[in-house]
Amino acid sequence: MTDTALSAPITARMRPATSAGRRALLAGAMAVAALVSVPILAVATSVLQRGEGALTHLLQTVLGEIVLNTLGLMVMVGAGTALIGVGTAWLVTLCRFPGSRQLEWMLLLPLAMPAYIIGYAYTDALAFAGPVQGSLRALFGWSRADYWFPDIHNLPGVSLMLTLVLYPYVYILARAAFLDQSTCVLEAARTLGANPWAACLRVGLPMARPAIAAGVALALMEALADFGTVQYFGVTTFTTTIYRTWFGLGDRVAASQLATGLLAFVLVLVVMEFLARRGRRFGGGGRRHRTLAPLQLSRPKAAAAFLACALPVLLGFVLPVIALIRLHGDGGDPFFSERFLTFARNSFLLAGGAALIVVTAATLVAYAGRLAPGAATTAALRVASIGYAVPGTVIAVGILAALGAADHGLDAWTRATFGQGTGLLLSGTAIALLYAYLVRFLAVATGPVESGLHKIPGSLDAAARTLGASAGKVAVAIHAPLLRRSLLTAALLVFVDVLKELPATIIVRPFNFDTLAIRVYNLAADERLAQASTGALVIVAIGIVPVILLTRMIARDTRRGGRPD
Amino acid sequence: MTLAPTRRTLLGGAALLVASPALLRAQTRTLNLYSSRHYDTDEALYSDFTKQTGITINRVEAGEDPLLARMQSEGANSPADVLITVDAGRIERASSLGLLQPFASEALASRIPANLRDPDGHWFGFSTRARVIFVAKDKVPEGAIRSYEDLADPKWKGKVLTRSSTNVYSQSMTGAMLAALGPEKTEEWARGIVANLARPPRGGDTDQLRAAAAGEGDIAVSNTYYFGRLTVSNRPEDRAVVEKLRIVFPNQGDRGTHVNISAAGIARHAKNLDSARAFLEYLATPSAQRYFAFGNHEYPVVAGVEPPPHVAAWGTFKVDPLNARVFARNNAEALKIMDRAGWK
Repeated sequence: MTDTALSAPITARMRPATSAGRRALLAGAMAVAALVSVPILAVATSVLQRGEGALTHLLQTVLGEIVLNTLGLMVMVGAGTALIGVGTAWLVTLCRFPGSRQLEWMLLLPLAMPAYIIGYAYTDALAFAGPVQGSLRALFGWSRADYWFPDIHNLPGVSLMLTLVLYPYVYILARAAFLDQSTCVLEAARTLGANPWAACLRVGLPMARPAIAAGVALALMEALADFGTVQYFGVTTFTTTIYRTWFGLGDRVAASQLATGLLAFVLVLVVMEFLARRGRRFGGGGRRHRTLAPLQLSRPKAAAAFLACALPVLLGFVLPVIALIRLHGDGGDPFFSERFLTFARNSFLLAGGAALIVVTAATLVAYAGRLAPGAATTAALRVASIGYAVPGTVIAVGILAALGAADHGLDAWTRATFGQGTGLLLSGTAIALLYAYLVRFLAVATGPVESGLHKIPGSLDAAARTLGASAGKVAVAIHAPLLRRSLLTAALLVFVDVLKELPATIIVRPFNFDTLAIRVYNLAADERLAQASTGALVIVAIGIVPVILLTRMIARDTRRGGRPD
Repeated sequence: MTLAPTRRTLLGGAALLVASPALLRAQTRTLNLYSSRHYDTDEALYSDFTKQTGITINRVEAGEDPLLARMQSEGANSPADVLITVDAGRIERASSLGLLQPFASEALASRIPANLRDPDGHWFGFSTRARVIFVAKDKVPEGAIRSYEDLADPKWKGKVLTRSSTNVYSQSMTGAMLAALGPEKTEEWARGIVANLARPPRGGDTDQLRAAAAGEGDIAVSNTYYFGRLTVSNRPEDRAVVEKLRIVFPNQGDRGTHVNISAAGIARHAKNLDSARAFLEYLATPSAQRYFAFGNHEYPVVAGVEPPPHVAAWGTFKVDPLNARVFARNNAEALKIMDRAGWK
């Protein structure tokens, strides 16, 4: 199957009806991009400044190691999340085996597990004095020198931890792509003699590539920006070095320069994917007439498929939750009372508000990319997405700087004009927090929205427009229903990410404002894992709510679409 | 206000939050605290202060460096009145960034030992934690290790456990070594420690204690209060750790044991200056000292206030009289030395 065949149904590039509408859309997208870029640029401009010499010191001592570790982490997490995410998505979407319906939503569960929490949970469970080794010793009468036990505190170990909680990003996007694929194309492949697996490898996968790439990119960015887990596991990466340089050496300029270096890693990724995709278009292969009848697997194959899908859920969710429950039993959070309701309410409100705002902004930006394509739009889109890969605290400080500058400007202006300053209007408010989330998580939402939009063939727009519909009407009557799943996916991802978000929340927040993530962090940073387990469990529990909602909604959609059982 | 997370409620809430500091100022006396202490037990301290003075406390608790960044970007409009850190290095950095103002207080000067406060009055230490050595009772004979220098002795190859040099406690300890030994000897010492490590540095102090008890190494470096917590823990496996270890206060024969401080200072642009001053002086009162130190198994700084019984049981020891400002200023140099030595 060639690329031309895939892109056959879409050709026309859309021109919006009025140039005024186009200008408004473009202006809105540019405003979002500018708003989001300010903190990132604040970090990036440091390249032009002179640090206090920490960079030279780093070059001479640790830089080689951190580059190798960072690359290793990216390769392992990239391969791991792609393999698990795509493999399981394909199995549960297009095959039927015992438990496949349940696994379809259970595979999302690790999403609710913060990476550093899974790290703590496994460390505690697998420690020498922990339950696993303890039971082994009791069972076989071993003592310390009698056996070898794998150590997870190294690069492969931390990559495994991150893979286990990040693969759902790939899974959720790949699954949506597979669900949307036209049966015709896959059936055509089958009639041309391809067996189901070949049809998957040569048609299904290539067609889902933008979605898979978006998912892997999200996972990689999150892995790059991770501090808590890699630090706890004693693996030095770009991000841990940024923290050392800034906090330990007190050289904020050198730290920002390193962060910019980190951005270069991401840019390379983005450009590579862009180049690989250039010249190809990924339409959905036409309207989905009906879903492909799922493949009934034979018994041994069904068992293998079940294991392949159950294992990530077991390792990424069930076992860590059991470890957390055990810790909770040992001495949970002393504040597990009405205080927790406040933490939970704050978390929930922030996550919900952020999901709404971020998805709206992402839709605006993605639409500009579709209706007013051009170098400027593309650049804005890319810059706006990069915030996700910057270590949380670094971007948080960029956000503080941006808010502070805005506040000071306003204060100075009102002081000069009215003789009365405004003080700090934005800094330390909930608005500041929501802005921080927009900067951090726009990429999370643009991924699904963009790949969803990509899949809507331009021929649909063209047909509607020929029939006299305005661009707005097309968006509401045609795109919105087709995009529903992508928008919900985006909202879910942002919601769960905000729920887990820490570095920006903790420093940008108003006085006396605590969230679950902050509570968990305070206890965990203080090495009180047993007490932290309670909050972690509540985060997981709240994170599950939207997962289940989304799954049910998708299931309903699918039924309405006449999917055979 | 409903709980539905609509944009309107959020914006409304945000508007309230914007307006509230102004409203509060008009009605009650307040104190705005930026703190990197995040111990639940401090809440009792804050409510006791409020009860005694009628001043209500608003808090933002976060890591020290982000807090400094926030104070910097808020500039002259910053609402912060008092900054509290859990380490001398960071409060000294706040001071050198011009974020603190001096406070000439008779009460504080007379109650807090001179080596635990800034000579210019920018900050004051209100509790101390000693960085000490814990050894496995059954592996290391009494008296075999007496000093930080001994950690680098080649006879302990494969036995030493310590956390990463990224951590500020490691930096302050090495900063104190730097003051005592000079750069060359300190680097040699750091190399010796790296050569003796039982495993690459990872985890926190508690992890080092657990690993020493489990036999991964025999000698762990840790702050005292982590051991204090294990002592009063209700997990049997924690108390088993305590049973296996012996505490060693290093360098009793010469300069004394390195202690770090939890410190506070008044923000340069404090709006509630009276409240801030009242709060700092309150922290040096015996009852506050008990809350402050007991809650986290630390040592009080004011003479006549006893540490908690299980902490007192470790015995008294000679403290390194080096002013906290000295090792605090050595932090960056110390980290570079540890980098060169390969201390991750």
